Amino acid sequence: MAKKLMKGNEAIAAAAINAGCRFFFGYPITPQNEIPEYMSRELPKVGGTYVQAESEVAAINMVYGAAGAGARVLTSSSSPGISLMQEGISYIAGAELPCVLVNIMRAGPGLGGVQPAQADYFQATKGGGHGDYRVLVLAPANLQEAVDLTQLAFDLADKYRNPVMVLADGMIGQLMEPVEFSPYHPAFALPPKDWATTGTAESGGRRRVINSLYLYPDELENHVRAIYRKYAEMERTEVRYELYDCDDADVVIVAYGTTSRIARSAIEKCRRLGLRVGLLRPITLFPFPFAAFDRVVDRTRAFLVVEMSMGQMLDDVKIAVAGRRPISFYGRTGGIVPTPEEVVKQVQTLLGGPGA
Amino acid sequence: MKTVYQKSAGLTGVPMHYCPGCTHGIIHKLVAEALVELDVLGRAVAVAPVGCAVFAYEYFNCDAQQAAHGRAPAVATGIKRVRPDNIVFTYQGDGDLASIGMAEIVHAAMGGENITVVFVNNAIYGMTGGQMAPTTLVGQPTTTSPLGRSRLGQGAPLRVCEMLATIEATAYIARVSVHSIPRLNVAKRALKKALQLQVENKGFSLVEVLSTCPTNWGLSPVDALRWVEQNMIPAYPLGVFKDIEGGT
Repeated sequence: MAKKLMKGNEAIAAAAINAGCRFFFGYPITPQNEIPEYMSRELPKVGGTYVQAESEVAAINMVYGAAGAGARVLTSSSSPGISLMQEGISYIAGAELPCVLVNIMRAGPGLGGVQPAQADYFQATKGGGHGDYRVLVLAPANLQEAVDLTQLAFDLADKYRNPVMVLADGMIGQLMEPVEFSPYHPAFALPPKDWATTGTAESGGRRRVINSLYLYPDELENHVRAIYRKYAEMERTEVRYELYDCDDADVVIVAYGTTSRIARSAIEKCRRLGLRVGLLRPITLFPFPFAAFDRVVDRTRAFLVVEMSMGQMLDDVKIAVAGRRPISFYGRTGGIVPTPEEVVKQVQTLLGGPGA
Repeated sequence: MKTVYQKSAGLTGVPMHYCPGCTHGIIHKLVAEALVELDVLGRAVAVAPVGCAVFAYEYFNCDAQQAAHGRAPAVATGIKRVRPDNIVFTYQGDGDLASIGMAEIVHAAMGGENITVVFVNNAIYGMTGGQMAPTTLVGQPTTTSPLGRSRLGQGAPLRVCEMLATIEATAYIARVSVHSIPRLNVAKRALKKALQLQVENKGFSLVEVLSTCPTNWGLSPVDALRWVEQNMIPAYPLGVFKDIEGGT
């Protein structure tokens, strides 16, 4: 299929429909409004349903109901709205339902601002709501990857019966790039949804119950342990990352999403100055690519973490590096996107000079 | 021998956890019988609330989803939009529906969602131990209004049926009681009607059922039934508040 120039938010929405998503429940919030707008326009054309909920709280619970009824279902929002959804996401993880969530991050805390940020990393990767659970988090750095990961997100959600989040920011959501859509095929064989509540007439009388309530502590502990076995499996098989120019790198920049694009530009500038710099780009934020650091740690002198936050992924990098090399951090927040020049300057400071 | 009465096939037979004298069990039975008599049990999906009826998914003999507190109408909306041929009903208490879930119930009604809501009003938070609800009567003592609910500051009963009946896209809104056998028969007819309207794709239907809470009211089961008649019904008049088919 030919390449199409699309806006990030619309590309994500189109990818969801391409992957067979026919249900969207959401609530307006900047900077992700093109997703619900696209869905409201395009879903009816393919026999799908768009519902504008009264709040993000309602939207995520509609997702719960639809996912429990066996549908491929999407919701999208931006940071404050995703905060409102956390209760529902916890229930969805607890009830083991598949769904895809898109967070087009904006700056916080509170109402914050509408400019791009990466300050929801903790919330996305460490649970976010109450209780022991995780959401599988995919972080695209360009629009083709946003399309591919959005489609994969539905397969992963079905495979693990767990929410999968596409975590991007206002920059990815609003920029335009050429994208290509191929006919969708599941990335792997998907399990049947024989647990969905479609009525006992369809199940030969076997009752299906979607539930996260376990009043007996031993039952609940067993349930949580079973969920964590899925997370262990994700850690074994779903880790995704990219290494760029790391073979000879004295400094390895660690960045995801928008900041990884800036890091890439900074690396080109550094290389022209004779500074050997590479990029380790996590694509899955949970599971985090801890083992990827083992591949570069011996050759590099230092790590530089760049985020549009006050340092959140930084904690996972510290765990991964485990004291073997120094780690520096450069972050901008409040909706400010760092420039490649700022990152180059950080590298120069780290290496003790303007260039080789 | 001729069978004159038996447990409804709409119930699983799991022993219910409700307190002695509580009318939740009766209301479950009426809903179950209505589902069976309309021949929709096999395509019914129940949505259980948070509150005393949280285990409704154990009792109704159909598929079920347990919802977060107050969110049952949103969950039901999700199910119904995916599976319009299923008969989807929520079973919610007054704390769940009229307090924390007020936005969800109003918007499900506003949107004309083709679901049925069984709203059990006992004027108190039962599960958590008898706290004040939006439906608590003025002067009624609870564990969080020990001197009795005061009109100023704590407000007066929220009449859900009257409020929802003002919403254009609703199909059927009725309030019934189960404190006597004749009333129980009326309640059953209302529940059947509400579910039948869903079968006919007529839109949102809600039946409020006045219910007892002997434990938290501090009354015997018999006195609790009398309390419904003498105190609740004057505050919550019984009747049909909306019927798109024109009945009242």
